[in-house]
Amino acid sequence: MIVEFGHFALILALVVAIGQSVLPMVGAARRDVRLAAFGRQAAHAQFALLGLSFAALTYAFVTSDFSVALVVSNSHSLKPMLYKISGVWGNHEGSMLLWVLILAAFGSAVAAFGRNLPESLKSRVIGVQGMIGVGFLLFIVLTSNPFERMLPAPLDGRDLNPLLQDPGLAFHPPFLYLGYVGLSVAFSFAVAALIEGKVDAAWARWVRPWTLAAWSSLTLGIALGSWWAYYELGWGGWWFWDPVENASFMPWLAATALLHSAIVVEKRDALKSWTVLLAIIAFSLSLMGTFIVRSGVLTSVHAFAVDPERGVFILILLGIAVGGSLALYAWRAPDLQPGGLFRPISREGGLLINNLFLAVACATVLLGTLYPLIAEAVADEKISVGPPFFNATFIPLMIPLIILMAAGPMMGWKRAGISGLLHRLRAALVATAAAALVVLFVAETDAIAAALGVAAGVWVLAGVTTDLVHRCRSREGTLGAGLNRLFNLPRSVWGTALGHAGVAIVVMGITVDSLMSTDIIAAAEPGDRFELAGRTLVYEGVEPKMGPNYMSERGVISVYKGDEKIAELDPERRFYPVQGMTTTEAAIRSTVFEDLYVVIGEQDEQGRRTVRLHHNPLVPWLWFGTIIMVLGGVLSLSDRRLRVGAPIRSKKATTGKTEGGAPPAGAQPEAGD
Amino acid sequence: MSKAKLKKKRRLYAVLIGMGLLGVATALVLTAIEDTLVFFRTPTDIAAETPAPDQRLRLGGLVAKDSVEPQEDGITTRFVIEDGGPHVVAVTYTGVLPDLFREGQGVVTEGVLINGVFRADEVLAKHDENYMPKEVADALKEQGVWQEGEPAPSPNALPSASYGGKATQ
Repeated sequence: MIVEFGHFALILALVVAIGQSVLPMVGAARRDVRLAAFGRQAAHAQFALLGLSFAALTYAFVTSDFSVALVVSNSHSLKPMLYKISGVWGNHEGSMLLWVLILAAFGSAVAAFGRNLPESLKSRVIGVQGMIGVGFLLFIVLTSNPFERMLPAPLDGRDLNPLLQDPGLAFHPPFLYLGYVGLSVAFSFAVAALIEGKVDAAWARWVRPWTLAAWSSLTLGIALGSWWAYYELGWGGWWFWDPVENASFMPWLAATALLHSAIVVEKRDALKSWTVLLAIIAFSLSLMGTFIVRSGVLTSVHAFAVDPERGVFILILLGIAVGGSLALYAWRAPDLQPGGLFRPISREGGLLINNLFLAVACATVLLGTLYPLIAEAVADEKISVGPPFFNATFIPLMIPLIILMAAGPMMGWKRAGISGLLHRLRAALVATAAAALVVLFVAETDAIAAALGVAAGVWVLAGVTTDLVHRCRSREGTLGAGLNRLFNLPRSVWGTALGHAGVAIVVMGITVDSLMSTDIIAAAEPGDRFELAGRTLVYEGVEPKMGPNYMSERGVISVYKGDEKIAELDPERRFYPVQGMTTTEAAIRSTVFEDLYVVIGEQDEQGRRTVRLHHNPLVPWLWFGTIIMVLGGVLSLSDRRLRVGAPIRSKKATTGKTEGGAPPAGAQPEAGD
Repeated sequence: MSKAKLKKKRRLYAVLIGMGLLGVATALVLTAIEDTLVFFRTPTDIAAETPAPDQRLRLGGLVAKDSVEPQEDGITTRFVIEDGGPHVVAVTYTGVLPDLFREGQGVVTEGVLINGVFRADEVLAKHDENYMPKEVADALKEQGVWQEGEPAPSPNALPSASYGGKATQ
């Protein structure tokens, strides 16, 4: 009964979404307040209905209701509770339901928090959100019904794919979808602004927090996925330039560009038409990502079971959304008021260059990802584009961007002097040169590449520090006054600093691990000793172990530093009888500067067992760096001046404190009527 | 200079920088794609046209039944890839194979053909028993071994969502 109730709520949500996509648009055109109010209520109702629907599906999973086909194919009565719940979105149908639930949540949030949005703009944003909802709800109802019954009901389920029974993967999809779908709000704002024919500072101020929230979630989602691949897939890598990974990375690059260009619109009223285009592109790339992952047109190592019919449906949705919004852009963008003037060497100039680099880098990733499709269609040749391509194109484009990253936040709006900038950054330059020399001296292989990567990271960290110190240097020059200022800097300044510092740390982690990791593959007998990166690893043997829904062979590998035993690692091979699948569980010893990563394989006829031992220097920095980036995003989001609904109050709050950060917020123009 | 003229000039600069950057990116892409493309081949393709030595390839097909042999050193595996046609290719791989690597299962390997033996340094097997890598599925269809709609020729097919696996040296 509850299952049918969930299905019914899902269909009702579709009906509500149809109303939501039409009536507020009419209301905005006719300036009809009642229709606008309907839009808001519809957004809340759609969210509530999808919430009920999602709760019903979760209930079916939690209670192991094996009369539901989806539960049968993805759950098992013995599965731990966490994975019963994460099993709801560990499959195609359930994950689409989560997708539309998050979409409706964002629509409802715009309706609830956008109190000081102009009525017509808000109605149109809600209307566009409704349209996206209609597309995806139709997709679910027509091709991917999660509530389908299976009669007669089997006694037990087929269990969730064991690789997905993992805490990293339990939380990876929700954050990724928050990011993907969060970009829909920026998209809706862009389309609404095109219909209104007006983009101004206020518009950018409303768009930025949504983009920031989406960006933070997307960053976390990508990092969780990468972390999961690192420890669960057991081959020691964390990024493979696989089509599915690129599908999440391209919206991230576009969202990062959007985040920066929206600042220029907000502060200087320039780059407006470009920002609108970026908002459209960012969400279009998210939709394309959904298409790539679910249609199976590209060979990926991480792909959902695919279905051509669904692929065609998503392709049509993609065509309507991208084609429609770009046509609207081509038609309406020339009418947007062109914005302010700035010199090439200025904060705006720096942000523009940032956008150019990110956009071009995103385009190369797009080309590399789609190239196999194009080659097959045009030349009937099956090819694959792997990491060497992306390394050869993406990295050279990122280096200038990272060099600029240190200087950008220190440049003044409208105009800045290069000599003053270099003078201010002299300490950072010295630190960078010193770091480069140390790496050149210490590194045994690939010294130049390693020096370049580490120096880039140090340069950005030193630049961020210089910027913070400069902002809080007080006239009295006392340490106390300086510290006081440091902690009273606007949160958005801290957000920028942390965001950039996080990138610097990730860059260093990527460089050092890519160039300096070492590994040993061997057939080991108990008692065998291996020397790896100054440690001695001793393979002690294997013992059996029982889990709740699996059987396991647990290997024991002791780690010695000199004669002292510093750790014991226990990699496993688990056998999940229900799915008849074996998984490899790596054992990892993480310290601040390195990971020791060990995996065991099958036993051969002579009783030897394959062991793989990796020394991965600075890999933990990838995760630290990402956490710092996300913290920066969240901190920036909590800034009063950006917080949704706060622009009017913030004008008072920032008066008199403007020397610390960006120029004063300025009066809020009464947009809309 | 009038404001409008200045604005036009500045916009021209921005466009020029953008074009220049695109040019650089295009050059990077063109040189990189030349050197890094990896072609997909089946045993039938290789029999028809022997690849140049040192050319990296992706070799795909089904792992032949009873062909998987662990080698003396304990870490190398030798197996045979077939595509339903008369030709097969022997493959060696050193390392831990992906969890779902099985005889009769679709597989894609990447490496170099040396003296008729394919030395793979990467083996990709899907983590879904029902799924066939797209290239392999197409190749099998070409050989008439398998038609769309039939269950994939794999041992115990259970439909499930899947994430993939891959092994690298």
